Amino acid sequence: MSNPSEHMGGIVNAGDLPDKPAPISTEGPVAWMRDNLFSSPLNTLLSILALFLIVWTVPPALNWLIFSANWAGGADACRANTGAACWPFITARWEQFLYGFYPAPERWRVDIILIVLLVGIVLLAFERTPLRKWIALLMLVPFPIVSFILLYGGMFGLPVVETSRWGGFMLTLVIALSGIVASLPLGIVLALGRRSTMPVMRMVCTIFIEFWRGIPLVAVLFMASVMFPLFLPPDVSFDQLLRAVIGVAFFASAYMAEVVRGGLQAIPKGQYEGAMALGLPYWKMMRLIVLPQALKIVIPGIVNTFIGLFKDTTLVLIIGLLDLLGIVQSAINDPNWSIKSVPYTGYVFVALVFWVCCYAMARYSRYIEAKLHTGHKR
Amino acid sequence: MNDTATSTQPASLAVSDEVVIRITDMDKWYGQFHVLKNINLEVRRGERIVICGPSGSGKSTLIRCINRLEEHQSGSINVDNIELNADIKNIDAIRREVGMVFQHFNLFPHLTVLENCTLAPIWVKKMSKKDAEEVAMKYLERVRIPEQAGKFPGQLSGGQQQRVAIARSLCMNPKIMLFDEPTSALDPEMIKEVLDVMIELAHEGMTMICVTHEMGFAKTVANRVIFMDEGQIIEENEPGPFFDNPQSERTQLFLSQILAH
Ligand SMILES: Nc1ncnc2c1ncn2[C@@H]1O[C@H](COP(=O)(O)OP(=O)(O)OP(=O)(O)O)[C@@H](O)[C@H]1O
Ligand SMILES: [Mg+2]
Repeated sequence: MSNPSEHMGGIVNAGDLPDKPAPISTEGPVAWMRDNLFSSPLNTLLSILALFLIVWTVPPALNWLIFSANWAGGADACRANTGAACWPFITARWEQFLYGFYPAPERWRVDIILIVLLVGIVLLAFERTPLRKWIALLMLVPFPIVSFILLYGGMFGLPVVETSRWGGFMLTLVIALSGIVASLPLGIVLALGRRSTMPVMRMVCTIFIEFWRGIPLVAVLFMASVMFPLFLPPDVSFDQLLRAVIGVAFFASAYMAEVVRGGLQAIPKGQYEGAMALGLPYWKMMRLIVLPQALKIVIPGIVNTFIGLFKDTTLVLIIGLLDLLGIVQSAINDPNWSIKSVPYTGYVFVALVFWVCCYAMARYSRYIEAKLHTGHKR
Repeated sequence: MNDTATSTQPASLAVSDEVVIRITDMDKWYGQFHVLKNINLEVRRGERIVICGPSGSGKSTLIRCINRLEEHQSGSINVDNIELNADIKNIDAIRREVGMVFQHFNLFPHLTVLENCTLAPIWVKKMSKKDAEEVAMKYLERVRIPEQAGKFPGQLSGGQQQRVAIARSLCMNPKIMLFDEPTSALDPEMIKEVLDVMIELAHEGMTMICVTHEMGFAKTVANRVIFMDEGQIIEENEPGPFFDNPQSERTQLFLSQILAH
């Protein structure tokens, strides 16, 4: 702080100098390139290297994917031009990739769920959506239940579709979304338990978390499919898919718990004390004061876990469930499509679908973060 | 801070005979560390008590025991005829009667000023949102910041935040207010605005226990000043005799140090 009296008799600036346009050298593409690409010898070298890498990889890739790719015709067209992608393979099989072996006359059920899911996500993205809270609640609790009833059937005159016939992208979504919907609340409860003052509670939660974190998901899935039935009475059968979903959900919830715990640790003790002094009981304090702040801090970590979970669903193919990757892989082996470019096309397609989904999740989280950041800082 | 409300005479403020806080033979340990030793204290309705003492003497711990932010191990604490024990119902009941203001405000940064104030009335007292907002605005006006109701705590100055914290406590309509060094995290120019609010509160007859080193405040509003050292209440007296004629050596030393500043 400067003392005003120091300025007495000093220089006084009335502050009315006119604005001048910026010198050319600080704007325009040339200046941008100079600042960002060629600001030092090392930068120049790296820029040239990067340019070389781009020229070397991007045109051939685009060529393979788009320009020389086979877009129409059937297997024959692809057989004639094996040096590029064979998209007819995807268009011929897309229904199977999406629905698995779900019977064709019942596929409208899957369509309805996909549409509701999409509409729900879009609605939730907009802040001005009326009744946004209720929509979120509907999507979190009744929607998964209704979806399951609709997909499985056996009620309201809907024919049963065994889970063994579920497959493709739909199965990927079922596993990933059940995992996501279950792992967040479970993870929160586990994180709270691990920080609880009750020793038994703390121990149970810690053991649970460390158990699931300590074994690979592949082992979890094997255990779920092979070992788990050994513990059940022989006449009780337990759906294979359900077992995989439970395995994935527990696995993800252990990671989620640690992410949430990180957020809880960042909340100062004063927040708890402020809430307690006002008379808020434990769960209200958690729900209204602690968790909103803690979860906000760890959104990147939560979404990271979701993305990891989404990609990990591909591992279910080792216990015989055909998710998107599994079903594409089995389609590749179709003798009618035994063409050199087909496996590549199939895998690239799977990679693209996964990338689009994961990138969408990442963007969505950035968007929510930015939104929550407006208005206040600690 | 002698310039704040010098005209007030503490004796003119009514104190009833009813005891609202009774602490008997209370001891507390942190692990092996005996932090509070045989505390005995009675506070009557409308009384304003200032607690002072060197750092680490247990002042905060003592007032935090009153609303169970800290647990005491022996002796008893009775607040407004409710015995403070492990019974969660009693703890909740006491916390509803006792407001607390902290050194670092402890406002909820993710809620607006108004939401900070309405939160507890809505969720603890089950007030309707509209009523709670009405009450909150009334108290925000009392602490002279109604125009900040829509802002977030991070957008306010320290003095304004502390006044929000006071308003937030008052919204629960507490019978007793605890203050733990409410001005010691503030810049000098903001201390007065907070003290003024506290003085007004005292004039309205609020029962207050204040941990503070603002001796001007103690002289003008306190009925009693308590000096603590090493976990014990060393001296307890009306502000006049306490400052003019301290009995114990430790009090004299402490006062000479603090008044020298
Ligand atoms: N959670 C705790 N665990 C262990 N010791 C603690 C804890 N909190 C406080 N103490 C110790 O208890 C003693 C009293 O602390 P307290 O905060 O009540 O002091 P204080 O009189 O309020 O001091 P100050 O003026 O610095 O705020 C100190 O020696 C402190 O180190
Ligand atoms: Mg203290």
